Amino acid sequence: MAEYHRSDMLAASPSGYCPGCLHSLATRLISDVITELGQQDNSLNVISVGCSALNLLYWSGDNLSVAHGRAPAAATGVKRTNPERLVFAYQGDGDLAAIGLAEIMSAANRGENFTVIFANNQTYGMTGGQMAPTTLIGQKTTTTVYGRDPATTGYPLKMCELISQLPAPAYVARFALNSPKGVREARAGIKKAFEMQLAGKGFTFVELLTNCPTNWHLSPIDTLEYMNTNTMQYFVPGVYKDITAKEAQA
Amino acid sequence: MGEKKFMKGNEAIAEAAVRGGCRFFAGYPITPQNEIPEYLSWRLPEVGGSYVQGESEVASINMVYGASAMGTRAMTSSSGPGISLKAEGISYLAAAMLPALIVNISRGGPGLGSIQPAQSDYLQATKALGHGGFHAMVFAPNSAQEAVDLVYNAWDYAERDRNPVLVLMDGCLGNIMEEVELPPMKELTDEDIPEWSLSRRNGRDYQGNITPIYTEPILEGINMMSGEMYKAWEEDDVKVEEFMMDDAEYVVVAYGIASRVSKEAILRLREEGFKVGMIRPITLFPFPKKNLHDLDYDRVKAIIDVEMTIPAQMRDDIALQVMERAPIYEYGRSGGILLDDDGVYEALKEIVTGGNDNG
Repeated sequence: MAEYHRSDMLAASPSGYCPGCLHSLATRLISDVITELGQQDNSLNVISVGCSALNLLYWSGDNLSVAHGRAPAAATGVKRTNPERLVFAYQGDGDLAAIGLAEIMSAANRGENFTVIFANNQTYGMTGGQMAPTTLIGQKTTTTVYGRDPATTGYPLKMCELISQLPAPAYVARFALNSPKGVREARAGIKKAFEMQLAGKGFTFVELLTNCPTNWHLSPIDTLEYMNTNTMQYFVPGVYKDITAKEAQA
Repeated sequence: MGEKKFMKGNEAIAEAAVRGGCRFFAGYPITPQNEIPEYLSWRLPEVGGSYVQGESEVASINMVYGASAMGTRAMTSSSGPGISLKAEGISYLAAAMLPALIVNISRGGPGLGSIQPAQSDYLQATKALGHGGFHAMVFAPNSAQEAVDLVYNAWDYAERDRNPVLVLMDGCLGNIMEEVELPPMKELTDEDIPEWSLSRRNGRDYQGNITPIYTEPILEGINMMSGEMYKAWEEDDVKVEEFMMDDAEYVVVAYGIASRVSKEAILRLREEGFKVGMIRPITLFPFPKKNLHDLDYDRVKAIIDVEMTIPAQMRDDIALQVMERAPIYEYGRSGGILLDDDGVYEALKEIVTGGNDNG
């Protein structure tokens, strides 16, 4: 019978994430993969701003908390000076796709050899549910009270599609954490990205579709169905780029 | 005896940084400091360091933040408009207690201003390098040699204090060529990597956290520690040059390029019998308060603040020490127009002969 226990990289303290929030699951998946790869002491978590900043309270490996949107820049300084470390940044959608758009695109374009894990829940959770760069058309937020209108706010940014067009990135994939299948695939994707980083393959990017029961004003269960019928229709899960797949074919 | 070379001020700063142990640079092009990143782009890889041309000043200062967190001696350079963009990151460095060297080769401001030299960033450098009420030690060399000496030892202060250090030098000093004597390379090993850093190369085997965000009581404690640190700087770290001050009745206060031009004017006035001297702050923060406060105001007839910016920005710091015991005059050029010997001489002459009532 399988044992269920606290993951090695997480401190023995209650989670401050809201009930039903998939940040907890995403954090656990990363923790499990790092443990499986034996990288507990070698990993370095570049912690961004937003609900993701709560990682500072739970993560028991080395942590570097950085300015809003600048995680890929700080991670560049970390990894360039200490290439032996397993470096990853965990960024939300406002952090990565709005204020940090230049930093993520430029780090990806330089092919920096670290991993960015992008938690996309289409809202600014920490500040109370404002429109994010990934908020869906028609989705209601505290700053789009009648639903997001592309005439004045543009369209949700598809980061995997953007980043996979660049020549340098090695691995770009999107997974949805609303089903056991999606969770298993996400875990495998994170592991693949970390293994590629450890092999020096270059920039790896894993987008995780998550939820925000609090600011979507849905029960946790209903958020999972909302993701099926709305989020995943626009942000289609899949592997967008994998240079090792080409190597395997050749 | 060090190695003598004929170098541009900017290149001298870059080489001195490398010899002082700098192994990471990130920056973004801006005139008049481009020789620093250009030099380091090839020089750092020669010594096993890293150079990154950032996508912006904002990204660059955060790259420095990341490298510094690993215990690497890291720096960035820019000029006024770019320093404004770095302000957020410099504040985060101070909050996270990370050492770094930031070089401002200043130009005319505000705004995009002009690309020509000016001392327009004194207030930014000494009062608010970013939000949150912190300070960095500010070095203001007035020659390539002094820049070399200050940059070479900048990390000794930055690592001692776990706080960024700023070198403020105008575009004129950055671009003139002078003879410099270069110090030997500091050979740092893994054992020199600070224990507070996130590096594991120094044998650290426990969890490390570096953060710019705190719970309220801890933040208040850090604020109090910073306040004590700034007071200690005033006691221990003030650098200042006094020039012909023994009998001075007229005291010029000038730093950087303005001090060099003023020196020429003072020598001319001395030849004419006027007792003019100069107090030259080398550290703008901590400001050499005592030198100004403890002057013999029975003898001193006037203070003249000479800066290559209008209006003078150092005046309030001077006034706090003079305490209305002597009139304070100011003279400057601005906008990227250089101070010249004749201009400073004539301005001082007018004051020492009583022709200026602008006190």
